[in-house]
Amino acid sequence: MNGADTAWMLISTALVLLMTPALAFFYGGLVRSKNALNTMMMSFISLGFIGVLWPMLGYSLAFAPANDFLGGLQWVFLNNVGLDPNPPATIPHYLYMCYQGTFAIITAALISGAIVERMRFSAYVLFISLWSIIVYCPIAHWVWGGGWLAKMGALDFAGGTVVHVNAGVAALVTAFVVGRRRDFKSAALVPHNVPFTLLGAGLLWFGWFGFNAGSAVAANGSAALAFTTTMLAPAGTLVVWTMLDAARQQKATAVGAATAIVVGLVAVTPAAGFIGPMSAIALGAMAAIPSYLGLIWRARTNLDDSLDVVAAHGLGGTVGALLTGVFAQKSLNGVADGLLFGNPGQFVTQVIAVGAAIIYSGALTFVLLKVVALVFPLRASEADEQVGIDLVAHGEEAYVHASGTGV
Amino acid sequence: MRRERGCKVRLLKAIVRPDKVDAVKDALAAEGIAGMTVTEVRGHGKQKGHTAIYRGQEYQVTLLPKMEIEVVVQDHLAESACAAIITAARTGEIGDGRVFVMPVERTYSIRTGGVEE
Repeated sequence: MNGADTAWMLISTALVLLMTPALAFFYGGLVRSKNALNTMMMSFISLGFIGVLWPMLGYSLAFAPANDFLGGLQWVFLNNVGLDPNPPATIPHYLYMCYQGTFAIITAALISGAIVERMRFSAYVLFISLWSIIVYCPIAHWVWGGGWLAKMGALDFAGGTVVHVNAGVAALVTAFVVGRRRDFKSAALVPHNVPFTLLGAGLLWFGWFGFNAGSAVAANGSAALAFTTTMLAPAGTLVVWTMLDAARQQKATAVGAATAIVVGLVAVTPAAGFIGPMSAIALGAMAAIPSYLGLIWRARTNLDDSLDVVAAHGLGGTVGALLTGVFAQKSLNGVADGLLFGNPGQFVTQVIAVGAAIIYSGALTFVLLKVVALVFPLRASEADEQVGIDLVAHGEEAYVHASGTGV
Repeated sequence: MRRERGCKVRLLKAIVRPDKVDAVKDALAAEGIAGMTVTEVRGHGKQKGHTAIYRGQEYQVTLLPKMEIEVVVQDHLAESACAAIITAARTGEIGDGRVFVMPVERTYSIRTGGVEE
């Protein structure tokens, strides 16, 4: 047991937990006011359902030693998990469980951006609960729980593949299966509160220091390296994104800035503790381009991935995971070199890891949605969509005017 | 027309640029006119709106924010009040707004329940 490590991980866990409310603000600002609460609740509800499922079942399936594909059941209901560290970690086992739980919570919530303003809330809750157990836990086990990707040497410091590629692919499939909003392309689907989105992006960046630097699971040099890259990569993305905005439309948009920060954070996640500071700036800058083009391309298609989870998390995560295999530097991380430092094999390993996550997450998400559809209709009715999901699913409105009257 | 000529009180409804409300208020106060109701409204006349961009998607904003100022004045003050509003709210560009003048049949005070003259 190490006091400094424990102190840092206590803080990191709280930081990552804050990212889910931050995501609620990021997403909430981007929808119309009649769906603001529902959109924010889709993130908040994950704190409850995934928060409960994780210690009961999820943690064991992801992290208990068993085989290469799925964790065992010996830690179900936190049996055999206690305050003593689980080596090589030097922090209480409960704390490690909590820390990992915050990742499971936000990963499920990320998917919601693809289906806002039309998915039935009950179907959504059932879906993310099943998804967390059946999709998230196995992939987390492959990479972090000693599974086959870990043994192959895939690098994923804080979850580029496990969290972002995974959620991005699930979002793509979910947007496709649930279908587009009924007024998609016929109404102006514009953000109702851009300051919320900026607030969310700022809080996400703050929380992401726990996400990435906490993934060292220690208060050490690796954590400091991850902290440094987490500060620099989004800065690089923000600069390039702003220049792309200015070049294309002569305006540096605020929604663009918020999006750029998230894309930079997503991209540096797998690389955080593996690459140097200058590489982080380059990685962040390079990550801006596919996501920026992805957003513009998506808007021309009929795919209503409403808040562009695929472009931000799917593409950003994929680019980050692949560039980890380019910029990784053994002299800094003590683990592996990337392509630029004479180890092209690492790049191939990264491609395999991303590909495996895409195939597994895509296929299982599709099956799960079909199963959920047998229990609850996935879609809100046309009338409900017109009124707004806030009143229909929650019986509340985000904004009540004139001294609370108007009911 | 006869009925209107007999009317002693007029309602002025001015749709103005949001940044002109203070100037209009001051101008009416200088005319000795007290009391007004101001409402945020959206609309367009000849002015055709502007373009907003969200994530590279362009949207035409055709209904622009304006402020609606309602003032009730005695008949003999109506012309000077209109002139004051016009002078205060004018920029000379498209989108300056409108002033409508309407007859008021009767005004009650809610506090006293009485009809005001």
